[in-house]
Amino acid sequence: MLKIKDLHAKVEDKEILKGINLELNAGEVHAIMGPNGSGKSTLASVIAGKEEFEITKGGVFFENEDLEDTAPEERAHKGIFLSFQYPVEIPGVSVTNFMKTAINESRKARGMEDMPANEMLKLIREKSEMLDIDRKFLSRSLNEGFSGGEKKRNEIFQMAMLEPKLAILDETDSGLDIDALRIVANGVNKLRSKDNAVLVITHYQRLLEYIVPDFVHVLHDGKIVKSGDKALALELEEKGYDWLKQESAV
Amino acid sequence: MAYTEEELKKELETKEYEYGFYTDIESETFPNGLNEEIVVAISKKKEEPEWMTEWRLESFRYWKEMVEPEWANVHYTKPDFQAISYYSAPNKKPKYNSLDEVDPELLSTFERLGISLDEQKKLAGVAMDIVMDSVSVATTFKKTLAEKGIIFCSISEAIKEHPELVKKYIGTVVPQKDNFYAALNSAVFSDGSFCYIPKGVRCPMELSTYFRINQAGTGQFERTLVIADEGSYVSYLEGCTAPSRDENQLHAAVVELIALDDAEIKYSTVQNWFPGDKSGKGGVYNFVTKRGICEKNAKISWTQVETGSAVTWKYPSCILKGDNSIGEFYSIAVTNNYQQADTGTKMIHLGKNTKSTIISKGISAGKSQNSYRGLVQVNSRAENARNFSQCDSLLMGNECGAHTFPYIETKNKTAQIEHEATTSKIGEDQIFYCNQRGIDTEKAIALIVNGFSKEVLNKLPMEFAVEAQKLLEISLEGSVG
Ligand SMILES: Nc1ncnc2c1ncn2[C@@H]1O[C@H](COP(=O)(O)OP(=O)(O)O)[C@@H](O)[C@H]1O
Ligand SMILES: [Mg+2]
Repeated sequence: MLKIKDLHAKVEDKEILKGINLELNAGEVHAIMGPNGSGKSTLASVIAGKEEFEITKGGVFFENEDLEDTAPEERAHKGIFLSFQYPVEIPGVSVTNFMKTAINESRKARGMEDMPANEMLKLIREKSEMLDIDRKFLSRSLNEGFSGGEKKRNEIFQMAMLEPKLAILDETDSGLDIDALRIVANGVNKLRSKDNAVLVITHYQRLLEYIVPDFVHVLHDGKIVKSGDKALALELEEKGYDWLKQESAV
Repeated sequence: MAYTEEELKKELETKEYEYGFYTDIESETFPNGLNEEIVVAISKKKEEPEWMTEWRLESFRYWKEMVEPEWANVHYTKPDFQAISYYSAPNKKPKYNSLDEVDPELLSTFERLGISLDEQKKLAGVAMDIVMDSVSVATTFKKTLAEKGIIFCSISEAIKEHPELVKKYIGTVVPQKDNFYAALNSAVFSDGSFCYIPKGVRCPMELSTYFRINQAGTGQFERTLVIADEGSYVSYLEGCTAPSRDENQLHAAVVELIALDDAEIKYSTVQNWFPGDKSGKGGVYNFVTKRGICEKNAKISWTQVETGSAVTWKYPSCILKGDNSIGEFYSIAVTNNYQQADTGTKMIHLGKNTKSTIISKGISAGKSQNSYRGLVQVNSRAENARNFSQCDSLLMGNECGAHTFPYIETKNKTAQIEHEATTSKIGEDQIFYCNQRGIDTEKAIALIVNGFSKEVLNKLPMEFAVEAQKLLEISLEGSVG
């Protein structure tokens, strides 16, 4: 589904991604771990198409199509979703209104009519219940004054509403207490199917106890320095990243 | 009130243009220039009584002694007042024979605003077939009002039919010599509207859509007088979301509102004069004096959405004369390309326990300049006056400007005045966030701008809120580079 080939990317003349190779097939969950500043969020942004980052070599392919000339909103229409590490605030725009616009824009791109109001309401009800979200929350301005945990839960709510093919979760676990973590993980697991893929970016293996990955990759200084199965996450938890840093320096 | 866009859309479909009609005015144009003879001739032409002619002449003499104000934060080439014709009623003869002759860009804007074909023709000045429907609707409309004793007619008609009311109130809120443009308007106003709501009457409909149509032939110097007698209520809407192109570059209107004891006037404006082309050429200069006076327990709210004009100079104000009276000002001003807007309000607290609220939202894009200028004045007798002001500016790009000039003058220690101001920029991160959810940049901006303006949009009569939203979108199109 997603193929990343020898991806190099820079921002303001600073090379951040230095040759990443990664392949995600439908039905798989991959985890990316790595120290702060290793390029995890950058990788997520490049997949989502943020123009700030310039691809200098290699590329990102989604369903065998090079995404180079695909605008971020078109990538979203194709089914790529990014749960942001730092979701932005949009004052005066309610969560509901935002979701309605997002869903209808995607439908429009597929040549469909707007979603009928009753269907939309049903969907909202179903997904907010699944994620244990208070309905009052949905009429609040998007992310404005939300706690860290509320923001992350709201990201997953949006994911559930949009039902993407590929979901990238950038440190969705940070700021969540253990109950919220379980609820969010449950939401992600509900989305999992043989047709979907999930890329989980995290610091801690805690989340991976709930969303069990098929593969774990360690990103360090813009490169994947080690890949393995879920056991690798446990090993990292125990030893930290230093042994990998040394290993990759050799 | 919170309503979904969906609900608004439905509402719009059913309500739009329900009461559209217009009045025919004879076509005639006076030679350029202004002197006493021209002033007298205008008055004669309109068959006005002597006191009115005198009043105009008096205004003209004041005007001659005055100079154009310099202090607004706007720059433009001053009009040559001797090069303007002061009486040019809209031509009865259509400008075009069919829509094919009209500027396609204008038509495509009409279309996106959802304006019906018939109305497009009227707005663009195309020959119309029959307007049977409108005329009959108009008649029922007038009948309903008449049953309640509401007078709603042109100011010229009011001068003839209700001279006692006009004579009593005209110039009481905006005196002839109030300012340069008000004096000019008082001397030469050619038309405008008059409205009187009798004691205890609640006007059963928005006096609004009437003007959508009438606006097409609006004069340069409009005069509006609204009187809400004791305990009455009226919601009045002027303006037009359709872009109004006008050969008259200078517009100087005067609006006077009088809310007697316990009365309430809600006055909403959607203004979309031609702002000039992308380089700023050819736009309308809009210099308006709008002011209302509140007697005891009365309330006046001004709500405005301003997207048009090359230069706008406008401060709808409230004189809170009566005890416990309330003044409100809700404004959205959008400037793009080379537009300049200097708008705001004045709240003059004279009575005890008077309250005022000011919510101003400025949106600047392109190379435009957007200024808020507000004055809150509390008189020594105004015990326990309260004011809350909030001025928010939203910037798009790096070449535009937003300026806030809040003036506060208090002569009474019991006054409570709060002022909040914010400036924000539409961030690339916000846009990317929307993009990532499948919303393209144009739509993302519309969403962000609507969110920013929501507190004010919610104050508009419902059928206009949707139009105003669309208008904001269109005004800002192509403003992100
Ligand atoms: N817009 C940017 N401009 C300059 N440097 C950036 C920008 N975004 C990220 N970086 C740098 O790139 C590196 C990787 O950042 P990031 O992808 O956020 O790492 P991670 O998510 O793994 O913590 C860091 O050194 C960071 O400072
Ligand atoms: Mg990160």
